[in-house]
Amino acid sequence: MPEIKLDPLMPAIESYIPLGRAGLLPALHAAQKIYGWLPEEVAAEIAKSLRVPLADVHGVIEFYSLFYNEQVGKKFIRVCTDQACALRGGDRLLDHLCQHYDVEPGQTTRDLSLTIEASPCLGLCDQAPAALVDNDAETNISPDFHSYDLGIPQTLVYGSIRELTANCGESTTTLAKYGDYLAFKKALTMKPEEVVAEIKNSGLVGRGGAAFPTGIKWEGAAQADAGQKYVVCNADESEPGTFKDRILLLDDPHRTIEGMRIAAYAIGASKGFIYIRGEYPYIVPVLEGALTEARRAGYLGKDFDIEIRAGAGAYICGEETALFESIEGKRGFPRVKPPFPTTHGLFGKPTVINNVETLANVPIILGKGAAAYRQYGTEKSPGPKLFCVSGDVKKPGLYEVPFGVTLRELLDMAGGVTGRQKLQAVLFGGAAGAFATPDQLDVKLTFEDLRAAGLPLGSGVVMVFDESRDMRDVLKRLGHFFAHESCGKCYPCQMGTQRQMEILDRLAAGKAHEHDLDRLQDVGWTMTDASLCGLGQTAASAVLSAMKLWPELFKDEGGRMKDEGRKEESDVLRLSKGGKKTEKVSKVSKVSKVSKPKAVKKPVAKKAVVKKPKPVKKKVTKTKAKKK
Amino acid sequence: MTEKLTLIIDGQEVTTEQGKTLLEVARENGKDIPTICFHEATTANALCRICVVEVEGQRVLQPACIVKAAANMKVQTRSEKVVRARRTILEMLASTMDLSEAAEIQQMMYEYGASSSRFPGAERRESDVKDDNPMYVRDYSKCLLCWRCVQVCADDAQYTFAINFDGRGFETQIGTFFDKTIPETTCVLCGQCVGVCPTGALKPKREYLLEQGMSPQEISVLNSGRKRRKEKPT
Repeated sequence: MPEIKLDPLMPAIESYIPLGRAGLLPALHAAQKIYGWLPEEVAAEIAKSLRVPLADVHGVIEFYSLFYNEQVGKKFIRVCTDQACALRGGDRLLDHLCQHYDVEPGQTTRDLSLTIEASPCLGLCDQAPAALVDNDAETNISPDFHSYDLGIPQTLVYGSIRELTANCGESTTTLAKYGDYLAFKKALTMKPEEVVAEIKNSGLVGRGGAAFPTGIKWEGAAQADAGQKYVVCNADESEPGTFKDRILLLDDPHRTIEGMRIAAYAIGASKGFIYIRGEYPYIVPVLEGALTEARRAGYLGKDFDIEIRAGAGAYICGEETALFESIEGKRGFPRVKPPFPTTHGLFGKPTVINNVETLANVPIILGKGAAAYRQYGTEKSPGPKLFCVSGDVKKPGLYEVPFGVTLRELLDMAGGVTGRQKLQAVLFGGAAGAFATPDQLDVKLTFEDLRAAGLPLGSGVVMVFDESRDMRDVLKRLGHFFAHESCGKCYPCQMGTQRQMEILDRLAAGKAHEHDLDRLQDVGWTMTDASLCGLGQTAASAVLSAMKLWPELFKDEGGRMKDEGRKEESDVLRLSKGGKKTEKVSKVSKVSKVSKPKAVKKPVAKKAVVKKPKPVKKKVTKTKAKKK
Repeated sequence: MTEKLTLIIDGQEVTTEQGKTLLEVARENGKDIPTICFHEATTANALCRICVVEVEGQRVLQPACIVKAAANMKVQTRSEKVVRARRTILEMLASTMDLSEAAEIQQMMYEYGASSSRFPGAERRESDVKDDNPMYVRDYSKCLLCWRCVQVCADDAQYTFAINFDGRGFETQIGTFFDKTIPETTCVLCGQCVGVCPTGALKPKREYLLEQGMSPQEISVLNSGRKRRKEKPT
């Protein structure tokens, strides 16, 4: 292997050194741009420069899918094999490319010219099948794989209104075209608390999936007592089937920036971040350009400025506290809540974090006033809403409608189901969502109606499956997605996503074990009830909804339900409570690499492990200081 | 000034002081809530979720190790939901790793009727024993990712930062910078990680060698050449 020259590294990471640990992700990105991967010497140099422990730098590289600690190809093709692309031949495309270049998925060619990898959803579902070739989106790939679009993806906007998408559809809207930040100027004539009140009156709730009232969030951060506050734009759009934020940021970045600017005024923040998913590299220059324009026009730079942070392939970083950790240069582990971001957010400071679409609503609300804004939608779900329609419909794309249109109306706008097939199901809200069936076509698309129907609105995903689709295959992909994306922090999700994937794999292969339905239920409910963050709590929601809708899917070949109750004998040690301390278990059964669960038959005393000779000389002292 | 407050745990009214966690209050009142990752000396991360309890009005189960008791809270420590979650977590642990030296967890499995063979054909986390320093061996097949070792190595105690994580999700493992051996890291062989390991994944070298059938004499011969390294760093 040729020696790694460190000369080009310093100039590339210099500007991140003052940030310390918070400069870690940008520095790793910059280094990877130079070397194509992150060799040990480079990682060590970054660690030294940023004063981050070596092991921690390693932990960060290991966490993010888009950082490589071994050499990869000069060119990198990520083929989406997630739901929407799979419906249009994503798997075939991956096979075709791998055969053509004679590599296995995930491998690099011998001459190190190319790496091909299967990827979770790339946010290009409206132009499936798609791939990411280095920094370019490759979309609308034809069935023979000969024709495709390459570069910045197209924008396909439809629907019945054009508020949020007023400037979408004709490439990037410059500041000249967007015009003055009129809503921001109007906000400046109001007191910050009046701005917060206006947002509260509008009834705006978060569009990222959790639907938390935006005004309440702002109020909390505004009232928090702190010198430094932050506004963070969550553009880590990674929910399979979601691509709205991609379009909003590519075509109309100023609307979101203006939204952030208003939020900053309302809560008294001096610093903002846009955290954009690593799979949207082509949006970063667009955003940089828009920020430069906004600075030149005097909207940014003086008392408030915004920096862009790129993620590196981790769905979990869309979870707000994991996103903070990521900006802080750490592994994207979600934090325990409370405390909430409004008081303890980024760098432990009061923070408002909003989704792109949420922020894009803000200038509209300030511009026309909350009352006029509420003319769209229903009493409980006011405003315009973006839906990401994909799958088996004639016109996949982004649909802007007022809350309250029915699913049938939306699908009609999208030209209905493709071909001569009938509708089988709609996946609502993405991988973390639930399935709707044809008898639910008349459900109104509002928070209240969907909730009553047991469907989550989530991030606005409406993914359509026709009758010919194998729903077991759909479930299998859901399982793989979550197993790939679990951060591994809490036990229910860390192991539950793995076990769920294994069972769904068996089901899809027609090789289900007896009691698999029962296992799937226990794993699913345990993740739902006991996981630490929203990822784990929703990792089984689509699967559990499928179980209710199509129990027949979970029958084995003979059509016999596997849900026969828990009949397995608990084969663990049967010991009498308070049993006396005996010799420590399995002194004999050393280092054996058992592949089967081992039942320990010997009685053990409860505290046996603790009683072993202690090698520790020094006492562990708990640091009082809370982790930042 | 500590204010008193009253809450209900499993139907029983209990009075406690402001600022205590549900785990503390429950234990003060003789109620058993199991814990795995929790350790008095480390920052509670609420990640094993074995201590979850049902709190009225909360959508999801709450980790007792960090949730503070509040006035009029209604808590169930053994509801059906709680028991299902605990049992399933234990069953998944048993299907993932080698619990043969984790006596407390075996005891929990017994109490919750958890079957160690609940997940047939499940992928396990296995790795070779890492024996690369004179102080301790690392057998990550026994590691249940409680994070305590990483925490005491970092700012919960020693500020050595020798270890962190490899991979993510199910494939997470404790690791060093580019898989270096322990002597190549910043490890100062303080042994705190070994002290807080609940499953025998980290074990004193001497104990390990004794288990391998070596006699104390054989071990001291083995160690004589390494005396220097056992001295405390000044």
